Amino acid sequence: MQLTSLLLVVLLLSTWGHAAVLPEQRADALYHRYEGGGMTIDGPSVLVRKNIAERVSLSANYYADKVSAASIDVVTTASPYSEEREEHSVGADYLAGKAIYSIKWTQSEESDFSARSLSFGASQDFFGDLTTLSFGYARGDDTVRRSGDPAFEEEAVRQQYRMGVTQVVTRNLLVALSHEFVTDEGYLNNPYRSVRYLVGSGYSFQSEVYPETRTSEATALRASYYLPWRAGLHLEHRLYSDSWGVASKDWGLVLVQPWREQWELEFRARHYDQGAADFYSDLFPFQDAQNFLARDKELSTFTSTSFGVAAGYTFFKGRWKHADRFMLRLSLDHYQFDYQDFRDIRVAVPVAGQEPLYGFSALVTQALFSVWY
Amino acid sequence: MKTAVLLMLCLFAAGCAPEPWLKPYERARLADPVMAMDRHPASSAYQHHVHQAREGARGAEGGSGGGCGCN
Repeated sequence: MQLTSLLLVVLLLSTWGHAAVLPEQRADALYHRYEGGGMTIDGPSVLVRKNIAERVSLSANYYADKVSAASIDVVTTASPYSEEREEHSVGADYLAGKAIYSIKWTQSEESDFSARSLSFGASQDFFGDLTTLSFGYARGDDTVRRSGDPAFEEEAVRQQYRMGVTQVVTRNLLVALSHEFVTDEGYLNNPYRSVRYLVGSGYSFQSEVYPETRTSEATALRASYYLPWRAGLHLEHRLYSDSWGVASKDWGLVLVQPWREQWELEFRARHYDQGAADFYSDLFPFQDAQNFLARDKELSTFTSTSFGVAAGYTFFKGRWKHADRFMLRLSLDHYQFDYQDFRDIRVAVPVAGQEPLYGFSALVTQALFSVWY
Repeated sequence: MKTAVLLMLCLFAAGCAPEPWLKPYERARLADPVMAMDRHPASSAYQHHVHQAREGARGAEGGSGGGCGCN
């Protein structure tokens, strides 16, 4: 902790030169839609960023989604429902020589869940501007409620610590390493979810019980390579583990290919591979079988593979006084989730635990309209 | 170890950095938009949200971070 403090002091004292740059001034309007596994979630997101005096960049984001849920969890243990979530955030970035300091406030509301988060960040260029170091801290406060139970209200606190280094390696290669430590404390359950346990050859349900703390570490390595025919190849690998016993790794590959003057094409693939939490089971042997109980498929052993494509078209470039250019971009991603210890209990079988393993596919659609000014 | 790291940082902060191996004019390709790791922030923030809501892992996603307000 002492070393971290001293490093921050060094960063604060060594702000000179003019290398770091503020984010681009742009406004984005996004329509997003997720459809799969009995869920449909869609809505808008609007992000606006404006610079003041080339030293400060202000941003504001409005995000909303509307959920129509008839997922496997819902149809087997509850009733289909619909709900809406709204998220607002405002942020500011301050450029001081080779350093950028950032602050962001986010507030999210839905009928049974509220979240507030405040984050700080600092980044600094070093070594002839070939290296960028960054640090960040965020604190989030969640309030969890339960629909139909006005007396139920629980709290959780989340703290995130980030650090990263980006390195220019050659005139064609950028590499970035980032690490994030997250700690949660409080009510971390989903108040609606149940686990099932064996009763004779059938089963019954009881509420999930989670620990009240969780700490996790994630490390990601990213590399971006400029291909000779003017295209960007981005590779990503991330390792994750936490105190609940969940461990995962994922790989991502993105190719950004411009075509003619106006088009930007993008092709991407991603694979995610996760091992289950220590207290996860699809079917516990009896009621209250252990202290902590989970049957949330996000904590199970599974893989997720996705392929995506996007096409962006730039127009009116340099033709308007107050706008540099416009872009329309459409994006599609196909996901396949395959669970290795989460069974599809919609299928009736003679003995519990013999149901087929569950899997589903999902389609994510995005339509983005952007203007740079 | 800590002292060595601090000493190095202080030296570099004081302007004793080695000559960079790439001159500014040699960085044109790196500045090309195709090389940006986060080209469309509204879209990538949403994509991270899609992953966070369905996967156990969290953190080190790239981009600005700072909490997604999801559970």
